[in-house]
Amino acid sequence: MSIWINDETRVLVQGITGSQGTFHGKMMIEYGTEIVGGVTPGKGGQVVELSGRSVPVFNTMSEAVSTTEAVASVIYVPARFAAPAIIEAADSFHELNGGGLIVCITEGIPTLDMVKVISHLEKRPGVRLIGPNCPGIISPGSDGGCKIGIMPGSIHAKGRIGIISKSGTLTYEAVAQTMSVGEGQTTCVGIGGDPVNGTGFIECLEAFENDPDTAAVVMIGEIGGTAEEEAAAWSKNNFSKPLVGFVAGATAPPGKRMGHAGAIISGGKGTAEEKFSAFEAAGIHIARDPSKIGEALVSALVEAGLRES
Amino acid sequence: MFRESGVAVQRGVHCTTVEQALSAYDSLNSDVVAVKSQIHAGGRGKGDLFCPDSGELVMQGGVKVAFSREEVENYASNILGHKLVTKQTGPSGKIVSNLYVESGCEIAHEYYLAMLVDREEDAILIMASTEGGVDIEEVAETSPEAIHKVWFDPSDGLSEEVANSLGDSLGLSGNSCTSFTEMMVSLASLFTEKDCSMIEINPLVRDGNGLMVALDAKVSFDENATFRHPWREGLRDRSEESDVEVRAHEHGLSYVDLEGNIGCLVNGAGLAMATMDVIKLYGGEPANFLDIGGGADSESITAAFEIILEDTRLEGILVNIFGGIIRCDMVARSIIEASEETGLNIPLVVRFSGTNHDEGRKVLEESDLDVITVSTLGDAGEAIVKAIGGN
Repeated sequence: MSIWINDETRVLVQGITGSQGTFHGKMMIEYGTEIVGGVTPGKGGQVVELSGRSVPVFNTMSEAVSTTEAVASVIYVPARFAAPAIIEAADSFHELNGGGLIVCITEGIPTLDMVKVISHLEKRPGVRLIGPNCPGIISPGSDGGCKIGIMPGSIHAKGRIGIISKSGTLTYEAVAQTMSVGEGQTTCVGIGGDPVNGTGFIECLEAFENDPDTAAVVMIGEIGGTAEEEAAAWSKNNFSKPLVGFVAGATAPPGKRMGHAGAIISGGKGTAEEKFSAFEAAGIHIARDPSKIGEALVSALVEAGLRES
Repeated sequence: MFRESGVAVQRGVHCTTVEQALSAYDSLNSDVVAVKSQIHAGGRGKGDLFCPDSGELVMQGGVKVAFSREEVENYASNILGHKLVTKQTGPSGKIVSNLYVESGCEIAHEYYLAMLVDREEDAILIMASTEGGVDIEEVAETSPEAIHKVWFDPSDGLSEEVANSLGDSLGLSGNSCTSFTEMMVSLASLFTEKDCSMIEINPLVRDGNGLMVALDAKVSFDENATFRHPWREGLRDRSEESDVEVRAHEHGLSYVDLEGNIGCLVNGAGLAMATMDVIKLYGGEPANFLDIGGGADSESITAAFEIILEDTRLEGILVNIFGGIIRCDMVARSIIEASEETGLNIPLVVRFSGTNHDEGRKVLEESDLDVITVSTLGDAGEAIVKAIGGN
């Protein structure tokens, strides 16, 4: 089992005829994802050949959703067109299916565009947005699985650990470390590092709490904002499984943006130390050393009686 | 920008020389003027000016009130070309090459005001306090009840009611409250139209006639929205930016200078921060944050490696790549190319994981480059610190 997606999830690619959309569309199909169509305005009626599969292209999301019965979409369009693409997907899923999953990979969307998107999504309660500026979501299966995003599929394997992260490659690092201690994943969610985004830590934790196949969760945060603190406080009373936490940026100087738009310590707030302290106060197993996330996971599992050593 | 948008400000002139400051004083025709250092950092009023060569203290305070032509001349020459060190610039300070000479204003009361994107509420927050002119972080700590907040949705804009209610909380009434409301509504449209990420007005003053005036402000823009605001390029002051950061930006790299001696080259912002953290945990000091980004190609990676190689402070370099779309063998070839051009004479540790990591390692090992290859993040931290003679 997994959260939000599985082997059967039918996925559309928004921006399928662009270089990113085509490349990742192919990679997703090779991993086993059910890519059922794509959308590029003005290119409706075309067919894209991706790894031996003929994928139909539509002009609009509503046409694509009604024809293909897709329940999810992944967005690879450039930043200036991304906000309208999210809104179009949200409206189509809302009107035709009552809800759906949107994964936005695009980096560099203006913050105010995202503020407007989030306020629009409040009127579409069945629609879940993951991202933007994220690697996406993946649930490894016994053979392939469902990958909606840009992460390298090959480093993952089916297992019992849930992973939530603000970062891209640092998520891969966490995956590699869980693999090195012999643990696979139920689902890995990259929530993205932008200041204003869709799904947050708490919604992921809630879904993992309710997923019977997830035994433990690794949560990777970074400096900036207070999402980690809020997740820690929430987890104390609502999350019963072993939880391991790491926060990137303990050495980051204040006032400097560390790559991600949201990764900035402002006015002395949003430091790694505050987040680690909040994790500790909530009883989360912390790894202060990012190379010891795997070890921290093992000790959390051992302590919970879920593993011998 | 404020004036165009209808936000009340004092008359003032931008100057770069003492002569310009004096003619500004003459043209403003005001008994009192403020002479203000213009740098991209706050805390100027309480900052100190030093001679960049001798390090000698020239003057205390980067914002001065002058009552005569002589005082303007004195302040302007003490500010221009000197190094201003404030709480926000760090000990290295910033050389001041721009001044703003502004006509004086009768101040009945000083307020603080900030408008920014609230990432927790997914809305725009306006924060105001009756304690103007002072350090807002201090107010937040000592008397948080003195800070009043309202929010607005950028799709709807700021309503007069909401702006008015904030004016009420600040104890404003009559024409002062009307003037405040008008200013807030104009400021809110400026914020959304120009894609700001923060506007801070400190102090915002009530003048002798009860009208609100923005006496000093800092505005920062959302860089992601630059594509719809080409005019921003004209406001840019290259002297405020470090050459390396500008160069890195041109190659799609994100670079932040730090104080240490171990250069880092990493793909991904989170992993780049984690790499810095590991270096520190193993007893070393990172010299920079460098994220080559997800779309890096061989040209940008070569540029990234050259930027690092040129840093004379370095005693070692750590490359940490978790291949996804980026292939480790491509990174390996770029490292070799850059080293051949620029020369490598300090220890280099490379950690490859993910896509084509074995091929990448093979490429490095078969080259003439003196390189230590490792496969885990922990080994990488340990190896680089050991290689430069740390513990």
